[in-house]
Amino acid sequence: MFTKKAIPLTDLKSGESGVVIEVVGGQAVARRLHALGVRQGKKIKKLSGMFMHGPLTVQVGHTQLGIGHGMASKIMLEV
Amino acid sequence: MKKVLLMGNPNVGKSVFFSRLTGLHVISSNYPGTTIEFTRGYMLVAGEKTEVIDVPGTYTLEPTCKAEEVACEMLKKASKETLKQGDVIIDVVDATNLERNLYLTLELMEQDIPVIVALNIWDETKHKGIHIDAQKLSKWLGVPVVPTTAVTGEGFAKLISEIYKARTPHVRKHSKLERWEDIGKVIEEVQKIEHKHHTIWERIQDLTIKPLTGLPIAALIAYLSFKLIRFIGEGLITYLFDPLFNNLYTPLIMKLSVLLGSSGFWHDVLIGRLINGSIDYFQSFGLLTTGVFVPIAAVLPYIFAFYLVLGILEDSGYLPRLAILMDNFLHHIGLHGFAIVPTLLGFGCNVPGILATRILESKRERFIASTLISIGIPCAALQAMIIGILGEYGGWPVAVVYGILFLTWVVLGFILNKLLPGFSPELLLEIPPYRFPPLRIVYKKLWWRIKMFLKEAFPIVLVGVFVINILYMVGVFNFLANISAPVITGLFGLPKEAVSAVVIGFLRKDVAVGMLVPLSLSVKQLIVACVVLAMFFPCVASFVVLVQELGVKDMLKATAIMLVTALLVGGLLNFVL
Repeated sequence: MFTKKAIPLTDLKSGESGVVIEVVGGQAVARRLHALGVRQGKKIKKLSGMFMHGPLTVQVGHTQLGIGHGMASKIMLEV
Repeated sequence: MKKVLLMGNPNVGKSVFFSRLTGLHVISSNYPGTTIEFTRGYMLVAGEKTEVIDVPGTYTLEPTCKAEEVACEMLKKASKETLKQGDVIIDVVDATNLERNLYLTLELMEQDIPVIVALNIWDETKHKGIHIDAQKLSKWLGVPVVPTTAVTGEGFAKLISEIYKARTPHVRKHSKLERWEDIGKVIEEVQKIEHKHHTIWERIQDLTIKPLTGLPIAALIAYLSFKLIRFIGEGLITYLFDPLFNNLYTPLIMKLSVLLGSSGFWHDVLIGRLINGSIDYFQSFGLLTTGVFVPIAAVLPYIFAFYLVLGILEDSGYLPRLAILMDNFLHHIGLHGFAIVPTLLGFGCNVPGILATRILESKRERFIASTLISIGIPCAALQAMIIGILGEYGGWPVAVVYGILFLTWVVLGFILNKLLPGFSPELLLEIPPYRFPPLRIVYKKLWWRIKMFLKEAFPIVLVGVFVINILYMVGVFNFLANISAPVITGLFGLPKEAVSAVVIGFLRKDVAVGMLVPLSLSVKQLIVACVVLAMFFPCVASFVVLVQELGVKDMLKATAIMLVTALLVGGLLNFVL
């Protein structure tokens, strides 16, 4: 079966979206993201990103979130 | 007594809800994490007095910050008591964001406490094209579900009538995955969403958060806010408070002065010294002269102006965007973007600023943020006095004081970030939609904050002025002036009498700045003195909060940092300027 490669959320351009495959790294980060609705199978759309590795803003369901760059790089997506 | 706990995600309107139910006022804003402590109030349910508790918002029952811990502890306590007295949870849900909010709902339903779901912000679902079948949802969950709009009061009669009927759902513990699966199913059944075009708010939303447009807009908003505060504050002083005092209050006090015989103990305490036979509100230092003038005519206008502008910013939903724009910069000083909220609150009064650091995740961040607020963020009362006294020499001395405080804030933050072990956690923040600030709420919040100022600050000012008089009479200031002369005169280049201002700065910093006036200092000396007073020591109210929030050990550390910083910066200024 053909599967696309997983890319981190930080690789998306503004306006693009993908589906969350997993959150890599620590449990604590995954838990916090989970509580805000970022979890496996959810569609996530990047709205904008600050320069110099600043935070990203994304849309998940009806929630808009600001996510730090490091944390965003741990969210793996399928596009 | 029965208890009703208001629980829910952050920023779903629990505090507005609380005000509606109890008639008490608590601060509410349009950003997650406004409520950091629980508040109690009372209401009547079917004639029975019932306690209502406004619990800080939380996304799950696995807390990630101190404010969320408070929420989980409240819940634990209530679930123990529920068998005895029948406590009830009102789960306040953001109806425009049902799916995510239902996660906490399911967690709450597993706690063996009766739950009622309030679908709040119901009015906005209509504009957003969201249709929710509340009855179906109620059937599916097995608990009452009532659509409400806390800002207008819609649905509250129904909600209150349900409180007595609430029953414990008895749901077994689910795994995370099971909960989300359940939510997926129920959402499919009860919610329909029609596609709507972008509203004008959503377009503004985009502009204010993209870096290229967002940063200039942020600078503009900061500039306009400052100008507006200045304009309103100055306007109130020139056109309202000055005439009021000069034409009405002064003649009255002069009569009293004559009645008291123009001298003697009571005259000195109540009226103070007469300067060339008349009252000088900055120099007389009597309870009824300086003690009333400083808080009412000099500080209050700025308190009003500051909290009016802050309230509008808070309720519009702009602050979380500012947090995202500032995140990069704040990481360099050991914080993350959301620390901008406690910092801005600190400009009103350091106490709520330090309390609001509870929304930050780590102890390290809370320590850095609290210390930086105590040192580099002058409260509105202090600012009003600095502007009032230094402003007479033009805009630049005021700008110098602000510039030095800002620079110290940045440099100290940078150093603390390098020295303290650990790192600053990353930003993760829900961005609420923009809303037109509900005027009723802005207005109520403003009056509540002014009332708090009058109730808490005014008495301390009076105590301060009284203490100053007694200490003068007993000669303590002379003694202090002589022993502290090496620091005050040698290091800061101030007359040794300025030590009395530093001592009184522990009580109230606005009064302390007022004490500089009779010393007839040069502009340079005034700048040094204002900076030192701002940094030196927290006022007694901030001091108490620092102990409470940081613990004695960390508070001592923070205080040591303050002393060292004030000595260094004050000394440096004296030699450079």
